[in-house]
Amino acid sequence: MSFLDLKNVTKIYPNGTKAVHETSLSVDEGEFMVFVGPSGCGKSTLLRMVAGLEDITEGDINLDGKLINEVDPSERDVAMVFQNYALYPHMNVYNNLAYGLKNRGIDKETIEQKVNDAAKLLQISDYLQRKPSMLSGGQRQRVAMGRAIVRNPKIFLFDEPLSNLDAKLRIQMRLEIKKLQQKVGVTSIFVTHDQVEAMTLADRLAVINNGIIEQLGTPIEIYDNPKSLFVAGFIGSPQMNFLDGNIKNKTLSAEGFEIKDIDSDFEGEVKLGIRPEHLSQRENSLINLKVDLVEQLGSDNLVYGQLKDKKDFCYRCPGNLTIEKGADLSLNIENNKYYIFDKSTGKRVN
Amino acid sequence: MKIKPLQIIAHIILILGVLLMVVPIWISFASSSHDSVTILTEGMKFHIGDQLARNYNEVLNEKGGWSEEVTAAKMFINSFIMALGIATLKVVISAMSAYALVYYRFKLAVPIFWLIFITLLVPLEVRIFPSYKIVSDLGLTNSYTGLILPLVASATATFFFRQFYKTIPDELLESAKLDGANAWSFFIDFLVPLSKTMIAAMFIFMFVYGYSQYLWPLIMTTAEEYWTVVMGMKIIYTESYEGVALPRTAERFAYIILSMIPPVLVVVFLQKWFIKGLIQTEK
Ligand SMILES: Nc1ncnc2c1ncn2[C@@H]1O[C@H](COP(=O)(O)OP(=O)(O)OP(=O)(O)O)[C@@H](O)[C@H]1O
Ligand SMILES: [Mg+2]
Repeated sequence: MSFLDLKNVTKIYPNGTKAVHETSLSVDEGEFMVFVGPSGCGKSTLLRMVAGLEDITEGDINLDGKLINEVDPSERDVAMVFQNYALYPHMNVYNNLAYGLKNRGIDKETIEQKVNDAAKLLQISDYLQRKPSMLSGGQRQRVAMGRAIVRNPKIFLFDEPLSNLDAKLRIQMRLEIKKLQQKVGVTSIFVTHDQVEAMTLADRLAVINNGIIEQLGTPIEIYDNPKSLFVAGFIGSPQMNFLDGNIKNKTLSAEGFEIKDIDSDFEGEVKLGIRPEHLSQRENSLINLKVDLVEQLGSDNLVYGQLKDKKDFCYRCPGNLTIEKGADLSLNIENNKYYIFDKSTGKRVN
Repeated sequence: MKIKPLQIIAHIILILGVLLMVVPIWISFASSSHDSVTILTEGMKFHIGDQLARNYNEVLNEKGGWSEEVTAAKMFINSFIMALGIATLKVVISAMSAYALVYYRFKLAVPIFWLIFITLLVPLEVRIFPSYKIVSDLGLTNSYTGLILPLVASATATFFFRQFYKTIPDELLESAKLDGANAWSFFIDFLVPLSKTMIAAMFIFMFVYGYSQYLWPLIMTTAEEYWTVVMGMKIIYTESYEGVALPRTAERFAYIILSMIPPVLVVVFLQKWFIKGLIQTEK
């Protein structure tokens, strides 16, 4: 059994909303697990069940070899960082950090030692006497982290802790969280709907949709090998291009072109997925793109345009290529990196 | 700094308001320092006279009543105890019942809340006979407990605490739970400090409410040693008509001034919290 073990966990809210369906998942000790998925897919619900803030309708959760279904959140030894931090407004930073330790009956000197260590690690030593209302967003974020770290819990839970920060600070804090987690080595679960955050932070990633884990794996595995239409569309930025197609006798006919000898026995309606970055310009290739718009990001250009039948399509090319609006490009799929999904079930078939 | 006309007008209005509040008190105070005869013949006074110490000493220490034993000082103390008891218990009970109503999500929480709320329509004066019956059956007439207890349940305060607790974000409770707080420590470590200003404000209102009770102590007490200030005010007013002597107008003023002191003290002690809460919201 691994460190955290979810077995067939289901959550049905009192109003009948089924937020999590029979989900099973294991997290190893020291692992950084990220739950990613669109809004309302049940990420927070799953996390809150681990924390004990929501009852488990069905299934078992084991933490560190112990069934915790019925254990009170205060006894679970988990720490959580909330989206809006939930700092204690009437306590100064020191007491915010010390509160959980005090409740455990730890003696004063040890508390002071621990709080000071955590404060140093997070560079908030200068603000220990301040109230949360006198801190900036980033500083509050650190205090919230400090409050989690100082207790040395079995597991850290983060529920979209970065979504209230501006873009630059978010990237900085993202890095710091990752570094910190590696330094402290605590098992962590991080919830986000930002796929970049998910990719950069995760040791392993769980892509959740409609209360179901669609795919579980390392970020690269998931990026390279999405198992379903949903995962393919959700992971990767800009989004994968999807074209309608049809397979007959190992030949895929899409809009305006054909791919022969595909690696699948599937027959019928499919979706063909091609990542914008898996394309290159080559004469007389499969795909013809009429350019509408070019976004220059510096390192890359994002070229948006339409195929013959007016289908929107995106192509990502190195930033040093100049492409004019209105140009006609001929694009080749590199290394045959394309994905085929069954149109009715969304399952990958190649 | 240039003063704008609007500011001048605002200040004039404020000053008028202050005068409206302060002048009657000053007149009472100034009048309480004269001889009763002077007041009766010359009317109210604006300046301090020479009878200050004598009048106040007389009011505080002169024994009155049928038994010639109760003093005004004793009445002040009684009222103070009663108001303090009512205010303290009202605040404690309301805060706790609001806590239960908001945080323990049992099915009957809403009906129970409305039941509590409806008691606003049934003030003590309306239920005075049943209340008296209960208190006297319990043998609590002529006791501080009897004075205080029937007045401690407060729908108003429960309502205000409930509304306040409802604005406290759920995450605060959740992160406190994860930090190992139990139901009691969440109340003491979070709700009480967060509602400090609310508590101060409620305490002040409830103190004044308790202090100015008239009917209940009047019915409740037969022993003079439990008489309260407001009852005394009535006595000191009617006394002059019954007696043959001149009305003791100056002493009455002294009594009124003295009766204001306990509530004023409470406000002075609590105003720091109170005002802080009005000008800065900490949430
Ligand atoms: N207390 C509740 N009662 C009823 N339904 C709820 C409750 N909380 C959440 N839900 C529903 O459960 C589903 C999952 O909610 P959840 O909060 O887990 O989503 P999420 O993935 O965290 O979304 P977001 O990214 O927006 O935070 C949603 O459909 C939501 O409407
Ligand atoms: Mg959420």
